[in-house]
Amino acid sequence: MSDVAQSKPDPNLTRVPEVGSAPIGSAAEMRLTRLWESAPGWRGWLSTVDHKEIGLRYLVTAFIFLLMGGIEALIMRLQLARPDQTLLTPEQYNQLFTMHGVTMIFLYSLPILSGFSNYLWPLMLGSRDMAFPRLNALSYWIFLFAGIFLYASFPLGEAPNAGWFNYVPFAGLEYNTGPNIDVYALGMVLLGISTTVGSINFVVTLFRMRAPGMSINRVPILVWGTLTASVANIFAIPSVSLAFFLLWLDRQTGTHFFDVVNGGKPLLWQHLFWMFGHPWVYAVVLPAMGIVSDALPTFCRRPLVGYSAVALSTMATMLLGFGVWIHHMFATGLPTLALSFFGAASMVISIPSAVAVFAWIATIWLGRPVFNTPFLFFAGFVLLFVIGGFSGVMTAAVPLDFQLNETYFIVAHLHYVLLGINVFPVVGGIYYWFPKFFGRMMNEILGKWSFWVMFIGFNVGFFPMHLAGLLGMPRRIYTYAPHMGWSTVNMVTSVGSFVFAAGILIFLINILISLKRGAMATQNPWDAPTLEWATPSPPPAYNFAVIPFVASRHPLWEDRLDEGGGRSSLEQGYLLMEGREMIGTTPLDAKPDIILKMPDDSYTPFFLGLFSALAFTGLLLHWRDFTVLMTLACSVSLIVWMWPRKALVQRVPDSIQDKGATHG
Amino acid sequence: MAEAMQTAQSLPVGSAGNRSGGWWGVLALIVTEGSLFGYLLFTYFYLASQTEQHWPPDGLPTLLMPGVNTLILLASSVFVWASERCIQRRQMHWSIASMVLALILGICFVVIQLHEWSIKTYTMTSNLYGSLYFTITGFHMLHVIVGLIILMMLLLWIVLGYFDDRRYAAVTIGGLYWHFVDVVWLFVFATLFLSPYLY
Amino acid sequence: MLKKETFIFNLPLFASALMNDYESRFRHFAAVKYSFFSIGLAAAPANTALAENGVAPLNYFLHSHGPAATPTMYLGWVFAALLAAIFVIIALLLAGAVFRKRPTEDPRAIGREDEGMPWIYIGTGVSTCILFALAIYTLVTLNVIAKPTHAPGLTLTVTGYDWWWKVEYEDDDPALSFFTANEIHIPVGVPVLVKLKSADVIHAFWVPMLAGKTQMIPGLTNQQWLQADAEGVYRGQCTQYCGVQHAHMGLEVVAQSAAEFQKWQDAQRKTAVAVSTIDIKAGKQLFLERCAGCHTIRGTEAVGAHAPDLTHLKSRRLIAAGLLTNTPDNLVQWITHAQDLKPGARMPSMVLTATEISALSAFLSTLN
Repeated sequence: MSDVAQSKPDPNLTRVPEVGSAPIGSAAEMRLTRLWESAPGWRGWLSTVDHKEIGLRYLVTAFIFLLMGGIEALIMRLQLARPDQTLLTPEQYNQLFTMHGVTMIFLYSLPILSGFSNYLWPLMLGSRDMAFPRLNALSYWIFLFAGIFLYASFPLGEAPNAGWFNYVPFAGLEYNTGPNIDVYALGMVLLGISTTVGSINFVVTLFRMRAPGMSINRVPILVWGTLTASVANIFAIPSVSLAFFLLWLDRQTGTHFFDVVNGGKPLLWQHLFWMFGHPWVYAVVLPAMGIVSDALPTFCRRPLVGYSAVALSTMATMLLGFGVWIHHMFATGLPTLALSFFGAASMVISIPSAVAVFAWIATIWLGRPVFNTPFLFFAGFVLLFVIGGFSGVMTAAVPLDFQLNETYFIVAHLHYVLLGINVFPVVGGIYYWFPKFFGRMMNEILGKWSFWVMFIGFNVGFFPMHLAGLLGMPRRIYTYAPHMGWSTVNMVTSVGSFVFAAGILIFLINILISLKRGAMATQNPWDAPTLEWATPSPPPAYNFAVIPFVASRHPLWEDRLDEGGGRSSLEQGYLLMEGREMIGTTPLDAKPDIILKMPDDSYTPFFLGLFSALAFTGLLLHWRDFTVLMTLACSVSLIVWMWPRKALVQRVPDSIQDKGATHG
Repeated sequence: MAEAMQTAQSLPVGSAGNRSGGWWGVLALIVTEGSLFGYLLFTYFYLASQTEQHWPPDGLPTLLMPGVNTLILLASSVFVWASERCIQRRQMHWSIASMVLALILGICFVVIQLHEWSIKTYTMTSNLYGSLYFTITGFHMLHVIVGLIILMMLLLWIVLGYFDDRRYAAVTIGGLYWHFVDVVWLFVFATLFLSPYLY
Repeated sequence: MLKKETFIFNLPLFASALMNDYESRFRHFAAVKYSFFSIGLAAAPANTALAENGVAPLNYFLHSHGPAATPTMYLGWVFAALLAAIFVIIALLLAGAVFRKRPTEDPRAIGREDEGMPWIYIGTGVSTCILFALAIYTLVTLNVIAKPTHAPGLTLTVTGYDWWWKVEYEDDDPALSFFTANEIHIPVGVPVLVKLKSADVIHAFWVPMLAGKTQMIPGLTNQQWLQADAEGVYRGQCTQYCGVQHAHMGLEVVAQSAAEFQKWQDAQRKTAVAVSTIDIKAGKQLFLERCAGCHTIRGTEAVGAHAPDLTHLKSRRLIAAGLLTNTPDNLVQWITHAQDLKPGARMPSMVLTATEISALSAFLSTLN
């Protein structure tokens, strides 16, 4: 390796990064591998900060939660298949639907998207890792522990049982005396930490960790989606964490925030919950819409129509999303004027969605679709998106919402939104990026089967829920009488849900088979335009042997798009191999700004995550000393973590000459 | 093409001030923490506007001690800022002295605030106002304590000679957090002590 | 009698017909059609047995019987029809986009990025116009249903309890106020103001064929109004999840002619009649010992306030908050097996001997 540090000032503090190439097998490439690879065995497993490893863990863990939530749903569908069934007791049913909601909304839908983004962001942006690799690991560990925490009371029959939005006073101590709600409250605060640090990581990664030339108008839409979701989370998560914390205080210390007798207000809970809840709804769909916006064009053999419009609509959706939380509370007796305002705002929010829908349709129309499995999922998604959007428009109409609210119409709407806009793109995305993840293609025949079974099962299962809602079936009832007229719709829904589950099963089988016997994937099997396909499949630990210079939105299609402008340089780029290094670039134009020192693998995130989970366990079980001890352990871990390191040039390096150079 | 990019310029390495990841990270942290306090104060105003109780139950709050305490906290922020400036000018002794002063002022704030708590006639559980008062000031107190630990670590690191004018991002980052803790107090102060005078 | 045009005009009705139980299909068709016209003519006779003739008793989408609900129903039809039509157009566009024939080209070719913006401009523009129109229509409807056109002729207070409804008919003369439970009687054609409270957790009051729902929030008195334009029985249901028996928290609104309503009200204001026979006296004694802690029977020493007022139990159509029809057998079943019929309800399953059961039934049967 040649030495470029020809500078007069301390090369530890400033240097000109060397430009060069490092083909596979070269000495430079092998050095990079040594630098970036985790230790083998359990050591590496516990200490790794590789965003790809963490991304896959997120994906797998969240998918396991999806399966658990799905099984809960199937049990409920058995109970509801016919009137007056007694398969479940009311209490069992209530815990099941609560855990189903908690699991799907908090433990599946955002974490799975974090999985994609964790894996893909650095690859799409031309980076070697996220801005804070250790924070990334911490965010995963806390997510995992929070998930286990939330499920820990389930086998004891003491799971959260007040619905995922957990309205007080039903969730208060007076009406819910067991540990059920404390588990939920503390679990949510813990999970909130994970989501918050994860979101901060995404935001800073976007601002600092892009390859030179990857200016803000060249980043893939998935990045826009996750960025928007993360910014929203940074603002919104404190609301729900606070709400749950205040509830826990009410329950455990006797404060009066929600205590009606002493002037507390149940509506405060609804405000705090939905100020968070509504932005969250967009946080769990915008990145998934980004998946489609990025992957659909590959199968249409043309770039996305209206990149800027779609990117702007993504942000507009979220901006408006902060102003419509009241539409979850139309039936709480608010004044008509307020209802009019929030109802109208809720309708306006569908305009940015229209932008995205027409962009996708135009992309397909003007392109030449290739009917691979991912394309089917993305095209099917567009249809489900429209249905979910339209039922949303109906519920935004205040007078209609007075009727639809809290009926199965809402259940249908939210499943079209969450399954249609989240699960379909996610499964399509897994088909799309599977070759990148594992170096093998997924089976196309099984893939098409899984799509059609899922698509048909989904619509057979969930469309009749709209009708159940219009027939007046309320949500969250554990059974119903035969004369209510809901028997047929419920039977159809139950059948459909099992068909849908069969589709998921085919998908899982496909994964297992393809992992072992799938055809080997090339670097860019779909001939896709974005940077992640410029790395080997699967990518090496260091991602990019040289940091590329990006000249357009579609670096791998430049030769054929021929938009004028320059060509990206993928083989030649910054070598950066004095330890784990990455180039930091300016937030908008992505001009080289700094050479960032990236941390090595570390056990600290695992232990900090573990100690904080144990501290919350101590709180739950009223083990005061244990909690104090674990909090101290957290503080010590944090100090160890933050201790300025020479290797990261967080403190003045050893080679101190008396007159060091000042940085710019 | 690559030539279009200025590739041959000399770049700083590692944690260099506001180019470091940590600086951006702490800004994001401040935004989310700021939101947390925003929701806390929303909770206060929401409940205060809806209540039928006498508000605050003890009558209007006295302003003297909280006011003095506010000044103490702001002064401490000034000294943290001064400490950072001194590092930039390689005046390490002044930097240490400044940071010590900032720490002492921060601890004064805690002591006075604890005293304020102890003379209250109500507790966290006696009424709604008490719940709000102690939760909001308690949240802030927690942040002050975390901030003080950060200042202590910064002091230690400065004493150990980890920083000079070339690399001191930790001081900038930790200082930002402390400034946030102080600024947010102004909002808490305005809400709990000044706003009752307005209605 | 099922004319073809009806179906063309009433696509949503057709959809609804598809979803109902096979056995009642034909009767249902007839009923749906019949009630559809009755809405249009606003002159429907009593539909006392909605549930029995195959119509889902909460089917607000096709049935509404008062000015607080009908404008919303029309709004729902317009939204559903328009959005369904737009959905079809979008689905056709999507299908066209996927399947349209394309000239053969070099398979490696990539389309130009700068095309296609008119799709977004036109699509979004048209959507915005439609949404704007829908928003205006929505706001107009909201204002129409927000208040009755003339002052309410009756005010009553409904309080939600786990898991039943207390209904209070207030009067300026306290002697004329009275309580009942789970069954609300109102005069036809008169706006009724319903004040909504909760005694424990949040419930929601919903009689969908007469009006939308409103939450009942502890510490707060909400209100809504409703009006029935036709005599009949309208089913209601709690729609805010409130605990284990949320599913079985139903009520009925009985709309009667002014004269009938007055008669009912006069009867309800009376206290229970004194009992005569030995058997009934034993039943009453048993009630006072075992039931009076929770239940009230006005005119006796039973003044419990945690459960429905039973002064005129026999006058009600249903018991256990809409769960069972009020027959002597069901009543006995309910008293002795409440926890099997409604697990978790506050009403315990009473252990009674056969003699006690017959005495208690005899006493309860006097409460008309």
